[in-house]
Amino acid sequence: MSAVAQALRAHARWRWWELATFAALVLSWLLLPGQSLLLNEIAILALFAVSLDLILGYSGIVSLGHAAFFGIGSYAAALFAKLVMPDPWVGMVVAIAVAALLGALCSVLILRGSDLTRLMVTLGVASILYELANKLDWLTGGADGLPGVVMGPLRTPFGAFEFDLGGRTAYAYTLFVLILCVLLARRLVHSPFGTSLQALRDNRLRAASIGLSVNARLVVVYTVAAAIAGAAGGLLAQTTGFASLDVFEFHRSAEVMLVLVIGGTGYLYGGIFGAIVFKLLHDLVSAWTPQYWNFWLGLFLVILVLVGREKLTRPWTWFGAKR
Amino acid sequence: MSEVVLETRGLLKRFGGITPTNDVSIQVEKGARRALIGPNGAGKTTLINLLTGVLEPTAGSIWLDGQDITQLAPHKRVRRGVVRTFQINQLFGELTPLQSLGLAVASHLGISGGWWKPLGSDARVAPACETLLAQFHLSDVMNQPVKHLAYGKRRLLEIATALACEPRVLLLDEPVAGVPEGERQEIFDIVNALPADVSVLLIEHDMDLVFNFASSVTVLVNGAVFAEGDVQAISNDPRVKAVYLGESTEERAHG
Amino acid sequence: MLTLLFDGIAYGMLLFVLAVGLAVTLGLMNFINLAHGAFAMAGGYITVLLMNRLGVPFLATLPLAFLGTALIGALLEPLLYRRLYGKPHLDQVLFSIGLVFMAVTGVDFIIGSTQQNITLPAWLQGRFDISWIGIGKYRLFIIVVCAALAIGLQWMLSNTRFGSQLRASVDDPRVAGGLGLNVNRIFLLTFAVGSGLAGLGGALGAEILGLDPSFPLKFMIYFLIVVSVGGTTTLTGPLLAALLLGIADVAGKYYVPKLGAFIVYTLMIVILLLRPQGLFARAGGGK
Repeated sequence: MSAVAQALRAHARWRWWELATFAALVLSWLLLPGQSLLLNEIAILALFAVSLDLILGYSGIVSLGHAAFFGIGSYAAALFAKLVMPDPWVGMVVAIAVAALLGALCSVLILRGSDLTRLMVTLGVASILYELANKLDWLTGGADGLPGVVMGPLRTPFGAFEFDLGGRTAYAYTLFVLILCVLLARRLVHSPFGTSLQALRDNRLRAASIGLSVNARLVVVYTVAAAIAGAAGGLLAQTTGFASLDVFEFHRSAEVMLVLVIGGTGYLYGGIFGAIVFKLLHDLVSAWTPQYWNFWLGLFLVILVLVGREKLTRPWTWFGAKR
Repeated sequence: MSEVVLETRGLLKRFGGITPTNDVSIQVEKGARRALIGPNGAGKTTLINLLTGVLEPTAGSIWLDGQDITQLAPHKRVRRGVVRTFQINQLFGELTPLQSLGLAVASHLGISGGWWKPLGSDARVAPACETLLAQFHLSDVMNQPVKHLAYGKRRLLEIATALACEPRVLLLDEPVAGVPEGERQEIFDIVNALPADVSVLLIEHDMDLVFNFASSVTVLVNGAVFAEGDVQAISNDPRVKAVYLGESTEERAHG
Repeated sequence: MLTLLFDGIAYGMLLFVLAVGLAVTLGLMNFINLAHGAFAMAGGYITVLLMNRLGVPFLATLPLAFLGTALIGALLEPLLYRRLYGKPHLDQVLFSIGLVFMAVTGVDFIIGSTQQNITLPAWLQGRFDISWIGIGKYRLFIIVVCAALAIGLQWMLSNTRFGSQLRASVDDPRVAGGLGLNVNRIFLLTFAVGSGLAGLGGALGAEILGLDPSFPLKFMIYFLIVVSVGGTTTLTGPLLAALLLGIADVAGKYYVPKLGAFIVYTLMIVILLLRPQGLFARAGGGK
């Protein structure tokens, strides 16, 4: 195989730390049963952040309303379980489908206009959904939320497992969905399609000038990202038994963006690392100053941007060394 | 008489109070080696933007192989073989030259939508990239992010990317802008080595290169076609000299 | 119904004064400043504290709200914002969200989270009833003040040297700098004035919009709507957009309270879908 062919292949090769990450995730389920609830939260947040990476890191779309898809997945799963059937797998498919549909519809909105326009439109959609969920309280429970989402057992080739209070089944379920989505997303980003996303992020004009259909690609990636975010939302509703309005809040969209930025954009695993760091920091700081977590979060953001985002994921640059 | 590959009929572009393209009707034949020259602000780049679909004309039409492509989206024109380079490098900063070229090749092969197998799994991509990288002396930097490359290499990549699309009509917008004197001929050699049936339309200010490369010339002034003809005729045309070419070029044409 | 129109106009004028600084910052420095609402909040709190704690009369607090906030803006611009002008919009968004979080929790910590109330002077309370229109005195006051500000701003832009320097810098900062204009100073002054106006708006709006630490987050989307729909290349664009927004919001909440802000958001999305550069932007503008 020529050097060129090898170099092309090298981009898609499995790195050791990717395998290590997956191994660590699986091990965490085996070795930390008592932490399942916390780990479950982290994994859901990680999945949500990975979905944002597809549109932000890989396609360059700044969205302040990604929570729209997370939220709709959450409510879709909750309502499906309450009104139709409590099977978690079917509910998950429904949540993904609904979120994907919404994503496909909304993708039209982000095709044209400046960064500000896109920001506004994504923010607007999430705000509309929040208002809708608030006003349609006969369906969604309004500001009180939708409690009592009781799931049926999780059917697997190894038997049917009830969702236990300790969260072990839940975490295993979430991990499965997370790992599956990351594997699929991984194939996507290494493919010609994935490379073309990065191209249109870097230079939309040139991407079109080499024959790539920019709009079609944006529609597809936005839909896929929405679907995965919907899966994360569905996991939240199914594993916590509850759906509430805050899934649509601006705070969620801002938070997931921060999580991704902490972990690093554009290499797919930033969402996972960011979620771990973020949640741990959150628990640490909240124990110390519960009300003012947002202040420290804000300060962190300000310093992060002033110092330079790249520095966070490249500790060797902290003291002026060049890679 | 060669067949006409690319043609414009009464192409007009007007915005605000200006008319950068004023009733331009040109015909580019198969295998053309045509230079597009004119003073600054004559509308040369605007014409290229209209031909590639980046700008929509106010009036007039564009024809490719006898088919009206005036309404055709830019990326579709590329697929039909109308490819351009930019005066100011337009590259993919975070990708490597290998990835950039691989993507352009994949796009040309029609496999750029594949989402399951990695880029490069199709056996046709690597050899095509290898040829281009070698041709443009980019092999040694093929795995570096483009944003880290020196200007000269970026310029080479700019043109290589266009060639990766296997154009039938190649529109070069000042391809050697910013390239040191000694390296300019090299780029023209590569363009000259293109298959004879590829039509090349070249915007260029360096008259030496124009005379060495072009066989025909179109002169644009104030958005309209001022003169057209083979390169010798144009270089001798007193009107053209008056409006654009200088005295020194007259010596070169005779000597 | 005309009362609604009147109220909507008052609301719109207020939104204009609040958002005009944001429009100019975006147009001039290409900086998406989501923290703009925090400056408005600052102005509101300056007024509230001066009135309630120090007994300063309402009218006197207004220029102080403007100056105080302008000062804060003048400090933050060279210290923080200026370092971020060239950065990608994502960074600016993250930065300004961070500032908002800090401001919101800071105010909550120092002053508390209850809504602040002020007592308007007697001559501003109540309303005139002219046949079927109820004209609230305070709302009339707001319209007059904001209209005066709008006219003053327009005059400044077209008739003063600073105004033409500002317009030149918005059109093309590099060329402006090349012509010898002190672009840094222009940015500083513009940012300070824009923030000051936001503060003034916050002070004026404390009575109508309510003032508590969540103010910047609640109203951020409204300011952004004004700017994205109105465009950043003119002054009249945001003004008309703000009026449209004010009237739509007031009317919507009155006629269809069930839908609330839904109408405003949908309207914004539709407008941006049809005209991504905003309703009033010059063709070819927008970044």
